Amino acid sequence: MMQTDGWTIVTILGLALVTVITRSFFFLSSKPWTLPDWAQRGLHYAPIAALAAVIVPEIVMTQGSLISTWRDARVFAALAGAAWFFWRRGVLGTIIAGMAVYLPLHVGLGW
Amino acid sequence: MNFPKEPLWRHPEFRQGVRDMAPIAAGTAAWGLMTGVAMVKSGLSVFECVLMTVVVFAGSSQLAAVPLMVAGAPMWVILATAACVNLRFVVFSAHLRPYMMHQPLWRRMAGGYFTTDLSYVMFTARHPKPVPPDDLPTLRAQEASLAGNCAVTWVAWVVPSLLGIAMANAVPLHWGLGFAGILALLGITLSLASSRLRLISAGVAGAAAVAAFALPLKLNILVGIAAAVAVCLMLEKPARPDAGLPKAGEAA
Repeated sequence: MMQTDGWTIVTILGLALVTVITRSFFFLSSKPWTLPDWAQRGLHYAPIAALAAVIVPEIVMTQGSLISTWRDARVFAALAGAAWFFWRRGVLGTIIAGMAVYLPLHVGLGW
Repeated sequence: MNFPKEPLWRHPEFRQGVRDMAPIAAGTAAWGLMTGVAMVKSGLSVFECVLMTVVVFAGSSQLAAVPLMVAGAPMWVILATAACVNLRFVVFSAHLRPYMMHQPLWRRMAGGYFTTDLSYVMFTARHPKPVPPDDLPTLRAQEASLAGNCAVTWVAWVVPSLLGIAMANAVPLHWGLGFAGILALLGITLSLASSRLRLISAGVAGAAAVAAFALPLKLNILVGIAAAVAVCLMLEKPARPDAGLPKAGEAA
């Protein structure tokens, strides 16, 4: 167990500030403004892009490189979760279907 | 705005927000638990882990920051990395602005701070259209609804995280329960995939983020967003009127 360190505490407070600023970025200023037209249209596609850019590497990469084996529990779990979503909708079902595939493969077979 | 305000949590919409979010709290909880365990096992002190859970409140940025902190990376690298991982919230905040601007600054910041991915998607699905800034009762109802979403997520994140920190040596990391968090994000990503172009956006962003993974500071996420938006804007038919978000001045 490590000692608590002052620099780390300051870093953690900085990270909290990053959370606040990024999450309220476009409503910090109360000056009226409008996005340019292309950005307004881009806003249709940006939220899903931002989420995909975070999760896809978490599913298909290990230690900074693309997985080179199909025996990876995450891929099958994500496919099962997505299949459930398109069949029935619902985020809870996606989690349960995904974990029902993930846990046996990952814990049982070590994939 | 001098009407007497009852607290947000007494508003009926608060309960609606809680009901909307409750079914997926289990995924948040599993992710929180494993984040707590992972932080302790990386070598942060218990106090640091608890502080991080309670004040940072952002799973993916915590998981990106912890290894850098343990490795002794410079602070600006750690903060810049967290900011890139959090870029999606900057995008969400542009969308949420009309729901927020009737409030004073500190309440807008508090609202933003507590609004995670799940709350953003759940909230904008229930309230797809912003109302005019003078419709205060509806804005208040929306505030309460968002607060209900956020309350569930906060409890479902912080309590299991603290449990994970406390029981770090009893919960084996190799079970990979934290993958439930990725699956929750996958579910809400798919729920945003309401058109073919949005599916393309997700595909391009994911592929670009993988291809650009070697960039420092998690800039691959920025590359992914920029590539996807650029491709979708080019694929859009130029004359096509906007389908989703209404623009100011547009006659319905």
